[in-house]
Amino acid sequence: MSDNTEKPRNRLALWLPLAIFGGLFALFVHGLMRPADNNVPSTFVGNPLPQFDLPAAAADRPGLATSAFRTGKPRLLNVFASWCVPCAAEAPQLAALAQAGVDVEGVAIHDRPEDLARFLANNGNPYAAIGRDDKRVVQIAIGSSGVPETYVIDGQGVIRYQHIGDIRADDVPMLLGKLKEAASKGAGS
Amino acid sequence: MIAELGLAVLWMAAALAALQLVAGALALRPEGGQLGGLVRPVAVMQGVLVLIAFAALVWLFVTTDLSVKLVVENSHSAKPLIFKIAGTWGNHEGSMLLWVTIMAVAGAFVAVIERRLDERTLIATLGGQAFISLGFYAFLLFASNPFARLAQPAEEGQGLNPLLQDIGLAFHPPTLYVGYVGLSIAFSFAIGALITRNVGPAFARAMRPWVLGAWIFLTLGITAGSYWAYYTLGWGGWWFWDPVENASLMPWLAATALLHSVSVLQSRDALRAWTVMLGVLAFSMSMVGTFLVRSGILTSVHAFAVDPQRGAFILALLAIDIGGALALFTLRVSTVTEGARFSLLSREASLVFNNVMLCGILGIVLIGTLYPLMTEAYGVKVSVGPPYFNPVSAIFAFPMLVVMAIGPLLRWRRDRLTGDRAARVTWPLAVCAALALAVFVGVETLAHHITLLPALGLALASGLFPASFLPLVGRNLRRTPLPVWGMVVAHAGIAVSLFGMASESAFSVERLAALTIGESRDVGPWQVRLDGMMPVAGPNWTALQASVSTRYAGAAPTVLHPMAETFTNPPGTRNESALQTRWNGQLYVVLGEQAQDGRWQMRFWWKPFVPLIWAGGAMVGLGGLLALLGRVMSDLRRLIAKDKIAYRRTRQGR
Amino acid sequence: MNSETVRSPMIKPKHQRLVLVMLALAALVGAGLLAAWALSRQASYFYIPSEIAAHAPEQGRAIRLGGMVQKGSIKTMPDGITIHFTVTDGKAQVPVRFSGITPDLFVEGSGVVAEGRMEGATFVADNLLAKHDEKYVPREMKDMVSARSKQGMAQTK
Repeated sequence: MSDNTEKPRNRLALWLPLAIFGGLFALFVHGLMRPADNNVPSTFVGNPLPQFDLPAAAADRPGLATSAFRTGKPRLLNVFASWCVPCAAEAPQLAALAQAGVDVEGVAIHDRPEDLARFLANNGNPYAAIGRDDKRVVQIAIGSSGVPETYVIDGQGVIRYQHIGDIRADDVPMLLGKLKEAASKGAGS
Repeated sequence: MIAELGLAVLWMAAALAALQLVAGALALRPEGGQLGGLVRPVAVMQGVLVLIAFAALVWLFVTTDLSVKLVVENSHSAKPLIFKIAGTWGNHEGSMLLWVTIMAVAGAFVAVIERRLDERTLIATLGGQAFISLGFYAFLLFASNPFARLAQPAEEGQGLNPLLQDIGLAFHPPTLYVGYVGLSIAFSFAIGALITRNVGPAFARAMRPWVLGAWIFLTLGITAGSYWAYYTLGWGGWWFWDPVENASLMPWLAATALLHSVSVLQSRDALRAWTVMLGVLAFSMSMVGTFLVRSGILTSVHAFAVDPQRGAFILALLAIDIGGALALFTLRVSTVTEGARFSLLSREASLVFNNVMLCGILGIVLIGTLYPLMTEAYGVKVSVGPPYFNPVSAIFAFPMLVVMAIGPLLRWRRDRLTGDRAARVTWPLAVCAALALAVFVGVETLAHHITLLPALGLALASGLFPASFLPLVGRNLRRTPLPVWGMVVAHAGIAVSLFGMASESAFSVERLAALTIGESRDVGPWQVRLDGMMPVAGPNWTALQASVSTRYAGAAPTVLHPMAETFTNPPGTRNESALQTRWNGQLYVVLGEQAQDGRWQMRFWWKPFVPLIWAGGAMVGLGGLLALLGRVMSDLRRLIAKDKIAYRRTRQGR
Repeated sequence: MNSETVRSPMIKPKHQRLVLVMLALAALVGAGLLAAWALSRQASYFYIPSEIAAHAPEQGRAIRLGGMVQKGSIKTMPDGITIHFTVTDGKAQVPVRFSGITPDLFVEGSGVVAEGRMEGATFVADNLLAKHDEKYVPREMKDMVSARSKQGMAQTK
C-alpha cells in the first residue's frame, strides 16, 4: 500500500501462490485420471498352461487339472481366495459372466475348506470347478502376483490374456471380447 | 443400535456445522449482528456430538460388532483389545471420522477459550472452521460412512494388515492427526483475519498457541513414526523419504516457519502478509498430504485401501478450501497494511531467512515427492529416494541451522556486532564455530571414508549444541521465562537429532551372515552368537524366535530375541527386529529365512548414537511444550489477576 | 565489515516489502531449479530386461529392474547370503546378484522388482521387492507391494 510504482509488480507476485496451486491441482487431476500401473504382467501370456492337477476345494465342485482347458472352448481361469476382499467385490461380475455362458474355473489360494464354503455361500458360486492351491504352486506357475487375477485361456489351453485386480462392471464386455478373440485364435492355431 | 446412534449424531453435528457457518457469515453483516451470539455455543455442541459419534465407533470395534461393514473388514474377534481400539482409525473411514472429530473438538476449544481476539475475527474464524468441517462431513456421510451395516452379519472379521498390528499404530496416527488438523485452526484464523482485515499482534497472540500445539503433536508424531518404522519394518533405516513420511514432514516444515513468523508478528507487528500466507500453507500441506496418501496416486507403506473416487472427493475439498483461501489471500492481502520494518542484521531478518529456507526445503520435498507423478504423465516410471532428498535438502538446511545459532542472540529491529555486542554475540559464536571447524577437520583427517554430508552434519551439530544455550548466558536462570527455555531446549534438540543422524550415516556397521547355531560374528565392537531357535505363538500369530547372545567389547553378554512372525488373520509375515541400546548406540538384529543348507540368514547393524535422533526429536517437542506451558501460565496469571481486580472492585463498590 | 554494519541504515521504507518478496521468490525459484536439476540426475528409472538389452543404462546409476525370476536360475553362494538369479520378461534376460534377506515370497517364477545398478552386464541389487499381495491387490489396493518399495528406498543410500 505504499507506493504506486511498485504495486503492479507486487500484484503479479501475489498471484503466484494461486498459480502454483493451479499447477498442482492439474497434476493431481491428471494423476487421478491415470492411476499408476505398477503391475508386473505375467510373461506367460501366449504360452500354454503348465501341467497341474489340483484337488477339489469345495464339496460340490470337482478339482481342476490342465486337461480341463483343452476342450476347444475358451474359458476363464479365476485366481481367488475367501480372505480377499476384492474377490468378494468381483463376485457379481463373475456371476454375470457365468450367466452369459462363459465357463469359469477357479483356483482358491491358501484357503481353508470351511472358509471357502462360507465365501461361496455368501457370494455365489459361478465356478465349474475349483482347484485347491495351498502352496501357490499354480499361482506362481502362471505368473500371477496376487489375488484376484483372471486369465483368458483359449480352447487349446494357451493363456491369451491376464486381468490383474478385481473385475469391475465395465470390464465384463472387455473380457467377453477377449474370450471371443481367444475362440478365433484357438481355432486357428 | 449403536451404529445407528453414531450415524444420527454425526448427521446432527453436520447440521450444526452448517448452522455455525451460516450464523457466522450473517453475523459479519451489520444487520445480522445478533446471530453472533449463536456461533460459540453451536461450535461447542458440534464438538460434543462428534465426540459421541467417535465413541460409538470405538465401541463397535471393541465389541467386534460383525454386522458393521467397517469392523468386519478391519477387525477380528481374536485381536488383542488395544489393536481392536487402534483398528478404529487404522482404516480410511475411521481415520476420516477421527479427522472430523479432532477438527470439531479443536473448534469447540477455540470457542470456549479464546477471549482476547476481537469478536468479529473470532466469528469469522469459527465460520471458516465450520466451512472446512462441512466438506469433511459430506465426505464422511456420502462417500465413506463408517457406520454402514452389512445386509447379513459376517461370522468373523477379516483382520488387520500384520505390519500395522503394532503398538506404534495405536498412538502414532492419532498424534499426527491432532497435528494435521490442529493446523486447520491456524488456517481458519488466517481466513478470519483476512475476512475482517485484522492482521496484527492480537491475531498472532490468538493463533500462536494453536500453531504451537499442532506443531508439538506433529513433532512427536513424526519422531514416533520414524522410530516405529525403524524397529517394526526391520530394514534398519529411520527415514525413508516415503510419500507418507513426506506428507507429515511438509506440514511440519510449514508449521515450523509459521511458528517463528507468528512470534515476529506477535512481538514486533512485522511479517503480516507472510504469516497469513504460512497459515494457509501449513494446513494446505496437511490436506495435500492426506490427498496423496488416500488417493493412492503415490504408493506408500501406510496407504489405506483407497479408491479413485475418494481421491476425487478429497481433491475437490482441497480445491475448494485451498483454492478459496489462496484466492481470498490474493484479493485481500494488498489491503493488509505493511508491518513494522527492521534492518538486515536483526532477529527479524534471521527469522525471515529461516522461514525462507524452511520453505525452500518444503519446496524440495514437495517437488521430489511429486516428481514420479509428473514423469508418469509422460509415461516414464521413476522413483526418488535419499540420493536426491538428502543432499538437496541439506543445501537449504545447513545455512538455516547456522542462522538458527545466531538469530536468538540478535536484538529485535536492529543490531550490531561491535563494541559491547561483540562480547555478547560475536565472541561466543566464534568459539562455537571454532569447535565445529575442529570437529570437521578431525573427522576429515581421522576417518577418510566418511562422506561430506555426515561430516558436515557432525561438525554443525557440535557447534550448534553449545550455541543453542547462549541465549541463557547472562540471564537469571530462575527468572528466565518458560518460552525462552522452550526455544533453547528445542534448538538444542535439533542439534542432538542432527548429531544422531550424521553419526548413524557416518559410523554404521552392517553385517549380513548365514549362521549355524553356535556360530559367532563380529559386528563393529560387538560379538554376536546365534544360540538357538525356538517356535513361539501369540494370540493370532506364530513365530520363530532366535536367541542371539551379544557382547559389547568383552562385557557381559545379553540375549536378544529377534523373531519372524507369521500371521493367520489375514495371512502375512513380519520380521520383528531386536534392539540392544547402550548409551553410545544401538545394536539391531533381524532374523531372515533358513537357507537350504540349514543356516539362518541374519542381519546385524551397529549404529553409534542412533537413539539421539529420537531423543533430539523428543527434546524439540519438549521445547514446544515448555513454550506452550509458559503461555498458558501467563494467561492463567492474567485471568487470576483480572478476577482479583474485579473482586476488589465489587468489594469497594459495596 | 564492522564499519558497514554500523552504518548500514534500515532499508528504505518504501522498498522493504518489495525486497522481502523478491528475496523469498528468488530463494524459492532457486529451490525449484535446484530440485529439477538434481532430480534429472538422481531419480531412479524403471527398466524391464528387454529395455536393458536394447539400451543399457549408465553403469553405476541407480535404476529399478522389473520382471519375473527365471525358473531354475536362483543359486545361493557359499556364504549363504549372496544369491545369483536371472530376471526375464520373456524376451531378454538380465543376471542379478543380491546379498541380503530375500522377501517372503521370492521364489522362481514370481514377479520381482530389484533396485540397484548395473555393474558390467550384471545387475547388482541392493534390494528386492517381491510382488505378492494377500488382502490387497495392485492398482487400487497395493499396500503390501509398497511396503517393500519402502524397503527399497531405505537401501539406496
